[in-house]
Amino acid sequence: MSTLTQMREIVAMNLRSIPDRLAPSLVIVVGIAGVVAVMVALLSMSAGLSATLGATGRDDQVVVTRGGSNGELSSFLAIGSATLIRQDRAIARGPSGQPLASGELIVITEVPRPGQSTGANVTLRGLGPVGFALRPDFRVMQGRRFRPGVQELMVGAGAAQEFEGLEVGNTLSFRGSTWTIVGHFSSGDAYDSELWTDVGTLQGAWDRSGVSSVLAQVGSPAQIDAMKARLTADPQLDVDVRSQRDFFSGQSSGLNATIGVLAGIVAVIMAIGATFGALNTMYSAVSARTREIGTLRALGFGAAPVVASVMAEALLLSLAGGVLGAVIAYVVFNGYAVSTLGGGFTQVAFQFAVTPPLVLLGVGLALGIGFVGGLAPGIRAARIPVTEALRAN
Amino acid sequence: MKYLGLVLSGLLRRKLRTALTLLSLVAAFTLLGLLQAVNSLFGGAADFLGASRLITQASTSFTQPLPMRLLPQIEGVPGITAVSHSQFFGGQFQEGRGFFPQFAVNPQRLRDTYPEWVMEEDAWRDFVSTQDGAIVGRVLADQYGWDVGDVVPLNSFIWTKADGSRTWEWRIVGIFDGKDAEWSERASLMYLNYGQFDEGRSPGARGLAGVFIVRIDDPNDAARIAAAIDERFDNSSDETKTQSEAEFQLGFIRQLGDIGLIVNLITGAVFFSILFLTGVSMGQAVRERIPELAVLKCLGFTDRKVMWLVLAEAFALCLLGALAGMVMASLVTLVLPPDFPVRTDLQVWVIAGISVVVLTLLVGLPPALTAQRLKIVDALAGRTGESPFERLLRRALARIGLRGEQEAHA
Repeated sequence: MSTLTQMREIVAMNLRSIPDRLAPSLVIVVGIAGVVAVMVALLSMSAGLSATLGATGRDDQVVVTRGGSNGELSSFLAIGSATLIRQDRAIARGPSGQPLASGELIVITEVPRPGQSTGANVTLRGLGPVGFALRPDFRVMQGRRFRPGVQELMVGAGAAQEFEGLEVGNTLSFRGSTWTIVGHFSSGDAYDSELWTDVGTLQGAWDRSGVSSVLAQVGSPAQIDAMKARLTADPQLDVDVRSQRDFFSGQSSGLNATIGVLAGIVAVIMAIGATFGALNTMYSAVSARTREIGTLRALGFGAAPVVASVMAEALLLSLAGGVLGAVIAYVVFNGYAVSTLGGGFTQVAFQFAVTPPLVLLGVGLALGIGFVGGLAPGIRAARIPVTEALRAN
Repeated sequence: MKYLGLVLSGLLRRKLRTALTLLSLVAAFTLLGLLQAVNSLFGGAADFLGASRLITQASTSFTQPLPMRLLPQIEGVPGITAVSHSQFFGGQFQEGRGFFPQFAVNPQRLRDTYPEWVMEEDAWRDFVSTQDGAIVGRVLADQYGWDVGDVVPLNSFIWTKADGSRTWEWRIVGIFDGKDAEWSERASLMYLNYGQFDEGRSPGARGLAGVFIVRIDDPNDAARIAAAIDERFDNSSDETKTQSEAEFQLGFIRQLGDIGLIVNLITGAVFFSILFLTGVSMGQAVRERIPELAVLKCLGFTDRKVMWLVLAEAFALCLLGALAGMVMASLVTLVLPPDFPVRTDLQVWVIAGISVVVLTLLVGLPPALTAQRLKIVDALAGRTGESPFERLLRRALARIGLRGEQEAHA
């Protein structure tokens, strides 16, 4: 028989006998499923967060904040500055000639978290008159838009789901006055975690005169650099100008890095544990089959087919574990809605996203563990002297 | 104790398997220790604060500073010892490479509300009288090599000066310690004199105090006093929310939200995986030795003793793995940078201890019971069958058609 035929025969025979070594074989499957499920789940959290914050960023919109501020929350632009920024010539004009730039004020409010006495920080954003027009993905899910000059709020879909008491028709009390929730909106990005109202109303209620940031539509992304140069050179202004995409990815990078490090550490340690488990299983599988292997070698089977058979068993089991783990991660976590602290010290609600690349990564890790776990035992199996192997019991 | 040799020789019978199982256990417990250390950060971080201090914040959010004019009104509430105010400064040292919390406070009021911070009398006096003075905790001073007299430039991302610049210079006038080991460990923050802070910032922001810290005579009175303070500002534009300091700190950590849940889910997955792995390996170890166990019984070991022997073996394995894993986890937390204040404290060790016991019972009891029930005649003849767990598994698989029922009974 050729080596290849030998290999095929011995691998098939070996795989058929897996059910006889069921419990030890399951060690590989379960151990690896655990590793893969945890790693995929953690990375899907990061992927979901990126999807939410990444979707927020458009290349043809700019966010102008006070120079040196690390987010909208710590930024403040006086009325004069905001007006000056709005008049920049890179900013596109609306149908009636007004610049498509929205001076927006954000403040933090606390809304209750289910079952806890301390609230969660949620952004309350005051939008300028063209604020809706600057968000093409904005949709009213329920109720209606807020009216300027009246203390009315719209609630983002993510916030409405994560926090209590944000149903349409409810009221919230801020600073001694009552605000009515008149609608829910969806925009498919980080704004979904916010409460929205009119900027003038918010300024009045919070006793503020300026805004936190100016969001503006530019004619084309290429104009941003020139606009940035103009505004930063203006002695009357002290501002940072970034495309909206850059602004939001800057907000999420810290959190993403933290999750990435966490996922890495957890996956490495768990993978080490699972590798030892796999080695254990494969060594005992080899020792249980010592006589069988000896017989095969005596019949003229080569060393390579023997190694291949052990490797095939390890890889098949780890593949099963990897797929099982990815399925568990998908079933349990895909679309799982959570909220955590975002860049601006307020809550950002997002959903876990178990994406195909993550599943592939998980299965790849599983096969890696299977390879390492099968190699050494396979070589040992091939090296047992035939005479000794035949005497084993 | 006299059976220790027997237990050890049981473990050393298959050195490779024991070593591999042990290493898996070490990996698992390292992870368990680390994750629980993170988790204890979420759970009990504020335990030490007690209830003798309340924090009064704006009801909408603590980020909304309260005006200074509330101070005398709060002081007027009966049962209050001292009131201080504190504003988060948000300064970055060396362009963001060094980050530590700083708060702008009134020095004398700080001293009255936080008697836990200990510093020489002279330093306190200097802090009161130096407009641009700052005091730093011992931990922080050691970290950056600061001494009294040094000037620390901080770049605030929140507060600009009236002239538009963001760089504030603070002169260190004192280094404070905690009154005990626990407080000393937490002395890694900086207090700034409110004087320069308020005078320096833009006129529109002047007169804002931040949050108020209220020290009360009797912790049992906390709920009444908190309600009394909040009542004073009801329906004003500066509505307040007063809660215990512990609750306030917890609120910060809870902002991280569902991360704690995720950590616990991972711990569960890890625990389940090691449970399975160790369980199978223990089962195998006992099955292989069944004739030997029968010999022990022949020699006069009671059924019960044999059971304990097997259980002790499982315990020894789990304990060794857990100890090594926890030591690893502790070493890892020690080398972590100071912005990850994760420690394997007592609570984490207790959780690890409980895990060892639970794990021992779950993985050790089934083979131990098998060993106890062994009939000498059968065992010596090698008629042993499989473990109850394996039988169960095989039946389950047979039911879903993976393997014939006859074979399952074979």
